[in-house]
Formats: sequence, C-alpha cells, structure tokens
Amino acid sequence: MAEFIGIWIAALLTLCIYSFLYRDNPFYRFAEHLFVGVSVGYGIVLTIDKGLIPFAWDPLRDAFKEQEWIGLVKIIPICIGILFFARLFPTHGWLIRYPIAILIGVGSGLAIPNVMRADIFQQVHGTLAPFAQIHAGELDVFQILGAILMLIGVIATLTYFFFSVEHRGVVGGVSKIGIVFLMIGFGSAFGNTVMGRVSLLIQRVDFLLNDWPGTLF
Amino acid sequence: MIEKLMNIDRRIIFILVALAVIIPSLLSVSFPITVSQPTRSTYDYIEALPAGSTLMIGFNYGPSSLAELHPMAKAVIHHCFRKKIQVIGMTLIVEGATLGDEMLKGVADEAGAVYGEDYVYLGFRPGATQVLLGMGTAIDSVFETDYAETLLSEIPMMADIKNYEQVDLVLDLASGSSTEWWITYTNTRYNQQIAAGVTGVIVSQMYPYLQTKQLIGLMPGLLGAAEYEKLIGKPAKGAEGMSIQSFAHLLVVGLVILGNIAFFIQRRRVE
Repeated sequence: MAEFIGIWIAALLTLCIYSFLYRDNPFYRFAEHLFVGVSVGYGIVLTIDKGLIPFAWDPLRDAFKEQEWIGLVKIIPICIGILFFARLFPTHGWLIRYPIAILIGVGSGLAIPNVMRADIFQQVHGTLAPFAQIHAGELDVFQILGAILMLIGVIATLTYFFFSVEHRGVVGGVSKIGIVFLMIGFGSAFGNTVMGRVSLLIQRVDFLLNDWPGTLF
Repeated sequence: MIEKLMNIDRRIIFILVALAVIIPSLLSVSFPITVSQPTRSTYDYIEALPAGSTLMIGFNYGPSSLAELHPMAKAVIHHCFRKKIQVIGMTLIVEGATLGDEMLKGVADEAGAVYGEDYVYLGFRPGATQVLLGMGTAIDSVFETDYAETLLSEIPMMADIKNYEQVDLVLDLASGSSTEWWITYTNTRYNQQIAAGVTGVIVSQMYPYLQTKQLIGLMPGLLGAAEYEKLIGKPAKGAEGMSIQSFAHLLVVGLVILGNIAFFIQRRRVE
C-alpha cells in the first residue's frame, strides 16, 4: 500500500512539474515549494542526526557519563561553531569573524597544496608528458597529432585569457585559435548536457508509462 | 515561412521532444551500443581485481540525477558481487544517503550478497573534505557506525579495512564537484586509484583528469551505464534509455540545423 501511495504521489508531482512547460501555474508552484521544503527539511534532519549528534552531542554526553574530563575539550570547537549564530544578534555580529577566519584558514591550508598539485602541476605534466614519449618513439602518428593539438589548444586558450597584451597581430591570431578551441569545448559540454537532460526525461517517461499504470493493472 | 520558423512556439518543440521519447519507449526500439575506452578502462580495472578486493562507491548524487547514475551504480555493483569484490558504499552529500542504501540493498537481494560480509553501507557524514581526509587515516574515525548505526568494529567485512590502503578502487558516482574532491584530497594525497561515473552535464570537465590518469576510468551519463551493462552482459535501464535517447538526439540535431539555416537566411535577407 505504501508503495502504491508513493508511486501515485511521485506521478502526480511529476505531472505538476511538467505542467510548467505549458505555462506557470499553481500546480507547478505547489510541487516546486514542496520539493524545496522537503529537501531542506531532510538535509537538516540528516545533518543533525549524522553530524551534530555523533560529533558534538555524544562525545560530550560520554565525557560527562564516564567522567573522562579530557573529552570536554570538544566544547572549544563547538563554542567556535556556535559563534556562527552571532550574526542573529546585531550587537554581537562581529563574533562571526572568528569561525569564518578559522574555516577559511583551515580550508585554504588543506586545499591550496592539493589543488595546486591536482589541477596545475599534474595538468601541465599531462600536457607535456606525451612529448617525452614522442622523443622515446612510443607514440603512433595519431597520438603524436593528438599531443600537438592539445599543446596548441592549451597555449591558444591561455592566450585568449591573457589580457595584459592587446589582442592584435600574432597574439590576436593565437587568441582567435583559442576561441575555436573554446567553442569546441562548449559544443561538447552542450551535447553532453542535452544527453543528460534527455536522460532525465526518459526516466520520468518510463516511470509514467510503466511504473504508474503498473499500480492499476 | 522563415519568420514563422524563427518565432516557433517553444511548446511545439517540447511536444516534439516528448513524442521523440514516448514513441520509441512504447515501441521498445533498440540500437547497438559501442563501448568507449574510458568506460572499458573502468570495467577492465574492476575485472582484473582478485576476489576479496574492495571497491568504495561514493553515491554523490540526488534524485534529480538518479536517471543517469542509478543504472550505472546497479551495473557496477552487479559486476562487483559477481566477482566477489567487497563493496563499501558512502556519500558526501545529504541527498545521496537513502539512494545509496536502496541501491545496495536492491542489487544485493538480486545477487544474494550478504550485508557485513559482501557489502557495507556507511551512509552520510557532513564536511566532505574532513571525511575524505579522515578516511585516509582511519575510516572508523569518520564513520564510527554504518548507516544502520552498527559499530564498524562489529562488522566482519570491516575487520581488515582500516583506511584507503585496503581499498583497491574508489568509484565516485557524481552529479556535482565530488569527483574533483576525491582527486584533490584522496588521489593527490593518498595516491588512491579513482574512477568516476558522472552526469552528462559535468563529464566534459572530467576528461582532463582522465588524460592525466588521475582518473583510471570515466563513465559518461546514461551512455556510460549502457556501455557498462553491455560489458557485463546484463542490458537494463541504461541500454534501454540510450536507444530512446538516439531519437531525441536526432530531433535535437535536426532542430539545431534547421534553426541555423533559418538564421543565416534571415541574416542574408536583412543584409
């Protein structure tokens, strides 16, 4: 019975959402608001259940229960976290700077070295490494062409985003090649996005044509 | 005529797209699927793992991306259970928590896999960066219990799995930035092998990581699911969906060509 009700609710809400394709209407707005409300409520409950309780409440409760006072050290990060709510009180709003400063400091410290390695050093290495393989005679003609094309693409695209020099003459020509590479990239992204969006429609149509009537027959 | 074409009511296009999806769905048309190298690399890597190896799957997607990533998850988990590879499920985003649980339970029931011996579901913990870094030291420092609140120390499968060193591959099923998080914090810092299955919207951003081998494999949206289903010889929702998808793609290509022709004719007339 629960599955039957669930399928019917899902089917009706799907139709409410798709009704927007005709024009904006109260059914669409109802489904949209319901979706936002349920998502936020679900997120809050799960964050409290899987974050606040095991990482903040339980350790403090255990420390008191077992009289292991060292466990109370968790009060420090909890208090710093609570300072986020200082924003709600205009006279003490400035206190929010401390948790934000810690968050940005720790976040940057953790991210910068790893991001530099993952997104810059490794990518530069990936662009140039095939040339060492070309030198060693390990690549065939198509792979060599691919490596050269990739290097041209990287240089031309970076040139397009280099605004310290006026885009005229050689720089202008190279940046135009960069635009071509960018357009190819955008085209690929658009094609994949179409595939993604159509996949969602296919799944919903499959649900409406198979699962929903399945509850009746 | 050209004027009419350029000002066509968008609702007519919606109807055409709907028909391009509904008619093939009713007719059950099927097209052959060719497997791409990035999907084959993921399959080959898992296929080469010996029985008893461990695969960690990140269900980092919500209901809005379920259509693309659920078939992919199903195909890979089937493959793992068939190969007696242990599966650890988890998620870095709230919405993925119940989806991952349902998916693992559903496939386990079909494959006869046993919870705690063949697979474990850890669920969700907030703070993606801390979760990824914490699991590098000790998985139970982040997930003290599994999704059903059972202590990890009481789960037989987790007895020998302490951190990434005992995880042979991480497969991130993503609709957002989670694959980049895994690469940045887990591959870069712990040298963990990572494969990804992502939605069509973000797949273009992932190819640079594939080229640098920061990803060992990549499955693109519903196509990736269809390809993986073909590789394991178990066609399901992915293969079915891709056949329907081909009709919608033909329509979109036709509309793009038609729109461009009309645009250039109109511009020439104005000049």
